[in-house]
Amino acid sequence: MLRIQNLTVSVNHGNGRKILRDFNLNIDEGETHVLLGPNGSGKSTLIYTILGYPGYIIESGSIFFKGKNITNLPTNQRVDLGIGTLFQHAPKVPGVKLKNLMNVCGEKRGERTQKGANEESALEDGCEDLDEQTRKIAKDLNFPLEFLERDVNVGFSGGEIKRSEIMQMMALKPDLLLIDEPDSGVDVENLVLIGKVLRKLLQRDEIPSRQTKAGLIITHLGYILQYLGTLDRAHILLNGRIICSGNPQIIIESVKKFGFDECKICEANQISLECRD
Amino acid sequence: MTKELREKFKKEAMKTIKKSGTPQMDVDLSKFSAEQQSEIEISDLEQVDEEFKKILLNVGVDPQQKERSGTYIQTGNQVAFCKTKSDKVEVLPIAVALEKYEWLQDYYWKAVSVDTDRYTAETELTENLQGYFIHAKKGAKDIFPLQSCLFLDIEGMKQIVHNIIIAEEESELNLITGCTVHPNVRKALHLGVSEFYLKKNSKISFTMIHYWSDKSEVRPRTAIIQEEGSVYNSNYIVMSPVRSLQSNPIAYLNGDGAKSYFQTLVYAKQDSYIDVGSRAVLNGKNSKSEMISRIIATGKSHVIARALIQGNASGATGHLECQGLVLSPNARIHAIPEIDATNPNVTLTHEAAVGKIAEEQIMYLMSRGLNEDEARDLIIGGFLEADTSHLPKELAEETKKLINIASEAEG
Repeated sequence: MLRIQNLTVSVNHGNGRKILRDFNLNIDEGETHVLLGPNGSGKSTLIYTILGYPGYIIESGSIFFKGKNITNLPTNQRVDLGIGTLFQHAPKVPGVKLKNLMNVCGEKRGERTQKGANEESALEDGCEDLDEQTRKIAKDLNFPLEFLERDVNVGFSGGEIKRSEIMQMMALKPDLLLIDEPDSGVDVENLVLIGKVLRKLLQRDEIPSRQTKAGLIITHLGYILQYLGTLDRAHILLNGRIICSGNPQIIIESVKKFGFDECKICEANQISLECRD
Repeated sequence: MTKELREKFKKEAMKTIKKSGTPQMDVDLSKFSAEQQSEIEISDLEQVDEEFKKILLNVGVDPQQKERSGTYIQTGNQVAFCKTKSDKVEVLPIAVALEKYEWLQDYYWKAVSVDTDRYTAETELTENLQGYFIHAKKGAKDIFPLQSCLFLDIEGMKQIVHNIIIAEEESELNLITGCTVHPNVRKALHLGVSEFYLKKNSKISFTMIHYWSDKSEVRPRTAIIQEEGSVYNSNYIVMSPVRSLQSNPIAYLNGDGAKSYFQTLVYAKQDSYIDVGSRAVLNGKNSKSEMISRIIATGKSHVIARALIQGNASGATGHLECQGLVLSPNARIHAIPEIDATNPNVTLTHEAAVGKIAEEQIMYLMSRGLNEDEARDLIIGGFLEADTSHLPKELAEETKKLINIASEAEG
């Protein structure tokens, strides 16, 4: 579903420093991957580059999504193809009500399911229209309905912003979900809730043949992972390169035990558990 | 009104008429005429022609008068219609009211001073005094708003208006005032003095919409005097082009616990020069004022957004907020927020931000599937949505409707 080939990226504000270097990643339909790495390793840059944000300059390499080269597509067209993102830092947008943004997400899902070959429904079960779906999603997440009338993230707490992000993804139901640090700055109660919803969005409990969604979870804490069931693959990103890929359980356990310091030794010695993808 | 008092005001006006305003804002009064008669006569408001009906509806005046407690319509310098359904709220042409009630002279030029500037002076010196007098009697509570329209239908016309609004103790008054020109009129001058008096525990909610043309010059002069526990709630909306507009109402919150809210929504287009603001003087203990202005500037428009809260009494609180989007390279928004504490026990705060739409906001909306133009439109469209939480339900709905009409109008 997502194929990133030899991607080298620098950022506008980074004096030409390369944040991702010759980066490769493959995520197939039905797979959820975890990308672990210390602060500054390039995790967020990867997300913004997959989305096509300005300021992230692709020096070389390509990004393919569903077989299509999306390296130079505008952000919204990537979303039309089925990419959705749960941001770590979502901005305030004065003037735009959360309800309206939820409806935008729902509308985009409708457009995609109409075109798409899969049998996904355009609306949540039992909903007649977008407004009803928006309210249903909010209710399901115990999100106060009056917040839907507020401007996006204006006066929201950290937990409310996270839930607003989740709700938008529930409305959008993307085929590939990019998840940036879902566990940072979140209390346990919200963490359990986010975990539950992500597990569903990523179809973790479906039988393998019915798993059609893909996910990329970026985390340096890893707290969220225990709530997500079985994951397909984990990678460790260090200085803009994946230095290690493999069984998520083994990799996560060893990071928990040794931290990323051991990884740095691996990197220095050019050892890896497996060949890079 | 007594002759002596009238003479005194005329004399002060004669002295003031030669004063000039700030250069950009100066209007040559002699270039406009108050002589011409308006061509519109209304015998039955429900029977007005479609064109006029549309003009009225655009500024919130419903010719059917459904859900309205009264109507005042002034075309040019004639009172075309004046009627109220309520026995608790009186609406009269100001000249008639001054004849009828001698006590009204105590409210004439009391909130606004006649020698403020040449425009107030011109208002006093006009031969043909017009405007409305609205009087909510003690305890009067009419749910439905009173509507008024100040309309100019002749090219080069000068409209002069002096309004007095009094809300007696414990009364509540909801007002919609629309000021506008005929679609064929480009050049016009509107001078409007409005004096509001809020007695103890009274409440006035006032929505005013301005719908001008590109050569209109507009100079409202407004002041509000508030007694104990009174609440004044103003929403001012201007979204059509105008040549120049200058308005800076001032509320004197003299009574303890008085409150005032000002919301200003401006969509400046073309060459419009718009100098708007609001001022609150917190003289009463625990009095409170909030001001919110949201401004969009396009074309070559230039907006000066003023706000001033002065805290003079202990426990007074004030907050002002100004947000502006400058959407074209030739547009300008100059925000001048001022807070002035003359007492150690006041809390005054302000926030102001002007500039372009932040890229991170546009990108965020694009990450949900909107293209760049759609993202921009969504932000701009919602930017001028009014916060109607302070308004009574009926007026809140009308105000929202008016903003939608105004923001969809071409310009």
